[in-house]
Amino acid sequence: MTDVLERLGSQAALKVVGTRPIRPDGADKVTGRATYGADFALPGMLVGKIKRSPHAHARIVSIDTRKARALPGVKAVITSADFPDLASEEYEAGESASNLRDLSLNCMARDKALYDGHAVAAVAATSASIADEALDLIQVTYEVLPHVIDVEAAMGPNAPLLDEALFTEGLEARPERPSNIAKRNQLARGDPDAGFAAADVILEGRYTTAAVHQGYIEPHACVAAFAPDGQCQVWSSSQGQFMVRSCCAKVLGLESSDIRVTPAEIGGGFGGKTTVYLEPLALALSRQSGAPVKMVMTREEVFRATGPTSGAVIEVKLGARADGTLVAADVVLKYQAGAFAGSPVGAGSMTALACYDIPNFRITGYDVLTNSPKVAAYRAPGAPIAAFGVESAVDELAIKLGLDPIALREKNAVRDGMKAAYGPTFRDIGYVETLDAIRDHPHYRAPLGPNQGRGVAVGFWFNVGGESTAAVHVNEDGSAVVVTGNPDIGGSRASMAMMAAEVLGLPIEKVRPIVADTAAIGFSMLTGGSRTTFATGMAVTQAAQKIVADLKRRAASLWDVSEDVVDWLDGVAVCLDPSKTAKPLTLAALAAQSARTGGPISAEVSITAQGAGPGFGAHICDVEVDPETGHVTVLRYTAAQDVGKAIHPAYVEGQIQGGAAQGIGWALNEEYLFDGAGKMENAGFLDYRVPVASDLPMIEPIMIEVANPRHPFGAKGVGEVPIVPPLAAVANAVRRAIDVRMTDLPLSPPKIRAAIDAR
Amino acid sequence: MSKRHISAVVNGDPAEFLTEPGRTLLDALRDDLGLTGSKEGCGSGDCGACSVILDGRLVCSCLVLAAEAEGRRIETIEGMADGGVLHPLQSKFLEHAALQCGFCTPGLLVAAKALLDTNPDPTESETRYWLAGNLCRCTGYDKVIRAVMDAAADLRQARV
Amino acid sequence: MPHVVAACSSCRAFTGGLAEFDVEADTVRRMIQALDRRYPGLGEHIDRRMAIAIDGEIFQDADGAPLTAASEVYLIPRIGGG
Repeated sequence: MTDVLERLGSQAALKVVGTRPIRPDGADKVTGRATYGADFALPGMLVGKIKRSPHAHARIVSIDTRKARALPGVKAVITSADFPDLASEEYEAGESASNLRDLSLNCMARDKALYDGHAVAAVAATSASIADEALDLIQVTYEVLPHVIDVEAAMGPNAPLLDEALFTEGLEARPERPSNIAKRNQLARGDPDAGFAAADVILEGRYTTAAVHQGYIEPHACVAAFAPDGQCQVWSSSQGQFMVRSCCAKVLGLESSDIRVTPAEIGGGFGGKTTVYLEPLALALSRQSGAPVKMVMTREEVFRATGPTSGAVIEVKLGARADGTLVAADVVLKYQAGAFAGSPVGAGSMTALACYDIPNFRITGYDVLTNSPKVAAYRAPGAPIAAFGVESAVDELAIKLGLDPIALREKNAVRDGMKAAYGPTFRDIGYVETLDAIRDHPHYRAPLGPNQGRGVAVGFWFNVGGESTAAVHVNEDGSAVVVTGNPDIGGSRASMAMMAAEVLGLPIEKVRPIVADTAAIGFSMLTGGSRTTFATGMAVTQAAQKIVADLKRRAASLWDVSEDVVDWLDGVAVCLDPSKTAKPLTLAALAAQSARTGGPISAEVSITAQGAGPGFGAHICDVEVDPETGHVTVLRYTAAQDVGKAIHPAYVEGQIQGGAAQGIGWALNEEYLFDGAGKMENAGFLDYRVPVASDLPMIEPIMIEVANPRHPFGAKGVGEVPIVPPLAAVANAVRRAIDVRMTDLPLSPPKIRAAIDAR
Repeated sequence: MSKRHISAVVNGDPAEFLTEPGRTLLDALRDDLGLTGSKEGCGSGDCGACSVILDGRLVCSCLVLAAEAEGRRIETIEGMADGGVLHPLQSKFLEHAALQCGFCTPGLLVAAKALLDTNPDPTESETRYWLAGNLCRCTGYDKVIRAVMDAAADLRQARV
Repeated sequence: MPHVVAACSSCRAFTGGLAEFDVEADTVRRMIQALDRRYPGLGEHIDRRMAIAIDGEIFQDADGAPLTAASEVYLIPRIGGG
């Protein structure tokens, strides 16, 4: 670490990091000025719309677009024929390996429609009404096939197959027959069978969840302009402009250098916007029509055709001694992948037991194709589902053994130096601290009345690092600009400016952050995985440090002293040699003399950030159940989380509160409902019921700071952990309120009523 | 389909546009008048992102036909600040960090203003139920409610 | 010699079921190359799909990261996020 960081290592000395300045993009956002994807317009812009399959599973026999093309005002019509037929190829455009062919087919179906809502054609026209008319004129002939959506039904030997060429990976012997099970993974330690045999008590449970959507309020939107010379521009609301560029290049067979993607402000992502649906289509329509094309999804399209997360089955078996020590565990996870392979069952498997130190376990995960939209990442993908099962089982075990649920978890808690269930040894984790925090919080002692119950649950997420580039430029007047390539979905650009300001010794108002397009900054992996404050923040800090080193060099040359007697303190270069007459030089003074001391003062840093610290959370939820209606009211909610270091505490609190709210919705009301034909019945916000303001109490966040020594300010990722505990926290509270274990999410009123009636 | 000529008063100024009969006020505000602050989150009146005040009444502009704006007074998010001075609600939202992605923020601010215009001293429960028509997926509403109640206190103070 | 553990089932398809190895290497890149020589195809699989934990710290795409004789190395699937 440089001397700048060594000085900053003393937390008491921080002047900007840890404070709560007004976010730099705030005025634009509260006045309606900020430009989101659908707010953008270009002259001559056409409206693009998509024709979607009305069948959950069908062979596409033919598509006749002639009448649509002939309609006045229609300037382009595309089908899969306008896209290269890609070979199956893994690629890294998002955060983990995905399949290029699957991405392309999901954007535009080729031979088969695999879910109701699957895109089969698209048009661009001079108005929305003409585009709609054109869609009706496209004649598609389908051969309807039987469909399957339930995950266990899809795993069955007689299930309709989505891909006749798919053979399950990860089995001992290569299977003879194709299957909807794309992959099986296994994680094991010790000897579970021996462990169970030696246990005093065994607890088994089967838990089920439905598919839920990320629920961002802003539908997907983009504007694409394909110029006659092949150069393209895209404005898009997404979690990663470089990912958009890469996906468009591959799906359309273009060069990345010919595509420039500008990130619009984004109205929520939560992982759902880490892939593309519209952009390649908009570019193809623009190419054919010669005009810019705007495409905006309706809310119904968002539900029918963009990835929710998996619905799943979780089977948990726990073995413990009478004193609560866990000795064995067996977890089976069956996750829906939707139309193409790639559910987050792998991460679900790795996180399922991550909070527990168990000597013997076996975790098996199945990735299963179903005739529903291809699942997309949703905040800690895979982890909330597995945690629902495990945390419900652990709670039931606590009840069975007569143990306090926090004490039971503390007894089996992972600590520094222990091996994680997924392999490596934990270092610098703050899990036990979160348990202590909720146990000691007054919430845990608040009195409970009739029909009320209290639930506790914990959760884990890895958080990632990854590639990031950041640039810092000093302006002629000594203020600065910080440039990164990460869309701001939660207030991160404020944190970037704060970290740079801290290192430079400038007040926060003099450091302005921007999020740049793909041509204006070096590559950055997308915003997600709780990585931005960690990885991009690391790049920003390093760039600011380079600037400080440069400033010291310039001061030294102006003073004619050696660099090692120059120090940088609170934004000023000072000479440490008392024998020299060297007046301190402010950043502004040095900036004014930049030309003669080496040129513009600028630094850019590109890194693959390593050492992202994993995060842990512990939540308490109090509920009251109305025995007449089955309605569950959340009375109190407290969420403790190890955040490493809260760079901007208000936005860290916001992540904790927002994640908890999504988890509460997942537990109580949200679910995809399909009819007998495989069509989503509740594809709108009226019947897909997300939490509203009157559903929730204040959510109390407790930020625990066990620093991550790998990050210059000790930060750990925070965005994803908070959605992991709530599903079981709510379910465990309901368990104690009505004395019945509910195992099927969501815990909607009719189910609760039925459980109460059956008591 | 022939378009109709509509004259209205938007944020205190006269405004005119041409519209097909079936078009929504939201589309007219965004596409014809360039007032893109009001957002479409659902198009069916369930999310509140398109909230505007129509003749003093809080409405979802996606459920109002553009033609219905004829002769009426409309207030959108763009009219909330007074020249360059933010409304206390806007300032409090920033102070309390009551927004993350900011997409639902214009609708929430307009709805909150409509609340405080009717009830200058709402309880937490009254505030939550009034704002139940404005979906937010990012914040969990905690800081939003605090911001609104804090702005209400400021506004009551200013009147004294 | 660094001790390497393949903590997930996908690697074992290349190693005939073996999950632990001692590998002579002083950087991650050399370790991957050594494993690929022993089990052809494993190197590309690790490059594309795996993250590497060295003494408890997770590295993704960290080919130059140094390994010592006492290093404990885990191969785990790459993590995405949302």
